[in-house]
Amino acid sequence: MFQILNTFLIGITAGSIYALMAISMVLVWRSTRVVNFAQAGMALLSTYCGYEIINRFGSYWFALPVAMISGAVVAALIELVFMRLLLKHSKSGAIASIAPIIATLGLLGVIKAVIGYIWGNQDVSIESPLSTVGFSLGTQTLALSPMKLFILIAVTFLLLVLTFIFQKTNIGLALRASAYAPEISRLAGIKVDLVRTFGWALAGAAGGAAGMLQTANGNGALSPDSLEFSLLLAFGFIAAVIGGLDSLLGAVFGALLLGLVLAFVLTYVGGSLVFITAFVLLLVVLLIRPGGIISQKAGRRA
Amino acid sequence: MSLRIENLSVHHGAIHAVNDISFTVPKGQLAALIGANGAGKTTLLRTLSGLTKSSHGTAHWNSLDLLQSKPEHSVRNGVSHVSEGKSVIPELTVEENLEIGALWRRNRKEMMESKNSVIDIFPRLGERLSQRADTLSGGERQMLALSRSLMSKPELLLLDEPSLGLAPLVVEQIFQSIRELTSSMGITILLVEQNAMGALKIADVGIVLNLGSVAVSGSASALMADPQVRAAYLGY
Repeated sequence: MFQILNTFLIGITAGSIYALMAISMVLVWRSTRVVNFAQAGMALLSTYCGYEIINRFGSYWFALPVAMISGAVVAALIELVFMRLLLKHSKSGAIASIAPIIATLGLLGVIKAVIGYIWGNQDVSIESPLSTVGFSLGTQTLALSPMKLFILIAVTFLLLVLTFIFQKTNIGLALRASAYAPEISRLAGIKVDLVRTFGWALAGAAGGAAGMLQTANGNGALSPDSLEFSLLLAFGFIAAVIGGLDSLLGAVFGALLLGLVLAFVLTYVGGSLVFITAFVLLLVVLLIRPGGIISQKAGRRA
Repeated sequence: MSLRIENLSVHHGAIHAVNDISFTVPKGQLAALIGANGAGKTTLLRTLSGLTKSSHGTAHWNSLDLLQSKPEHSVRNGVSHVSEGKSVIPELTVEENLEIGALWRRNRKEMMESKNSVIDIFPRLGERLSQRADTLSGGERQMLALSRSLMSKPELLLLDEPSLGLAPLVVEQIFQSIRELTSSMGITILLVEQNAMGALKIADVGIVLNLGSVAVSGSASALMADPQVRAAYLGY
């Protein structure tokens, strides 16, 4: 019984970080119709910015928002100078639909190289700002540490802020309208290009937060070739697809589901099956419900 | 103050969708642009609102060069285009569909005022503000598309086939509403229609397009009386 609770806690915490990554994939997909493989690199770059702040000022709490802001700035710049040009030049032909995606893979390589150039290729580390020792419950130790509790609170807070932006603000309405119907939105006077850049910035901020939280939740190691970040991208993507790729709520749902499934597999089946389970889950969803588990009845829009 | 189009041509590859068109719509008039399918009507409207590039000629609304202006820029200068086929966003609520028409103002108070005034014109929308737009009937959707356009307080409206796919009784209501926009609000309208009879009935002037060129133009009543126009486009 206690082990089930602990597995649940580990799954929810991991899943909540995947949720941030999944949301950043969904935000980019909705605004540009591109699956952005560079998201892992962007999150890594923002985390390195956070690392730089910790180095200079010694505060994780200051570094976290800085990492999010730098993630937003980097993402906005990539959209402005790179994606716009790319999408303009790849309008027709067989390569048109695939070129931007391949280009994001190239971008991922470039970002990693830049990080290696600035910070070196060896591991650096970010220390967890809070204890990672679980709270005790009688004689037993919960898999919920102050750090994990902070992660859950921080992610919940960020999700509430995002929901507020999307549902209650003008820019949120513009984001939704532009995602559903870019042409009608332009005719209504919305500067869709600008809104798209803002969507990327939000995605970058979410990725930055995911990177900072993931690093502090794990062993704290950071390197340009971080396996941790590649997995974060893979799991974020899988979670986003489970949720239908178009839906923010779906992405959160997919991420929590994935986090839980992986945690239970890890505890009750074995560590060697964790990755395979994630990809089998992806394939099953794509084969049975390609529009995602909680897709709208209209299905995924082209 | 007028919509002036001079020698306008638009090519889709080798096809002349619009070929050397010239006409003028004076301010405060309702012009009906009629013609068969493929006559270039929709292309012309998309060019005027900035969605499609022209190959030749000029088009101005007052001093605004329509061919150099993007749609989102034209809206800010009083030109609004309602595209073909009940152009609403089905996933958004009725209220949100209205609001996107005035987001660019960045002024909540003006938005509320605009909203109240379009609800005065189409009270049925007021009763359905929180419903998703895909729950509306075809006629209501067309009203919503028109209303969203009105949210931007346009001086020139470009309307593409508002009667498309609607029942005859509903078409009549929509046409009456459009006539009202010119008569009581002074909005200049270029109305593209396949329903030539209905459009000419409410219009001040008519322009008949055929294969991308202006075939006939004149006052709406003169066109309706013209035996050739009647035989070719009005079917009697």
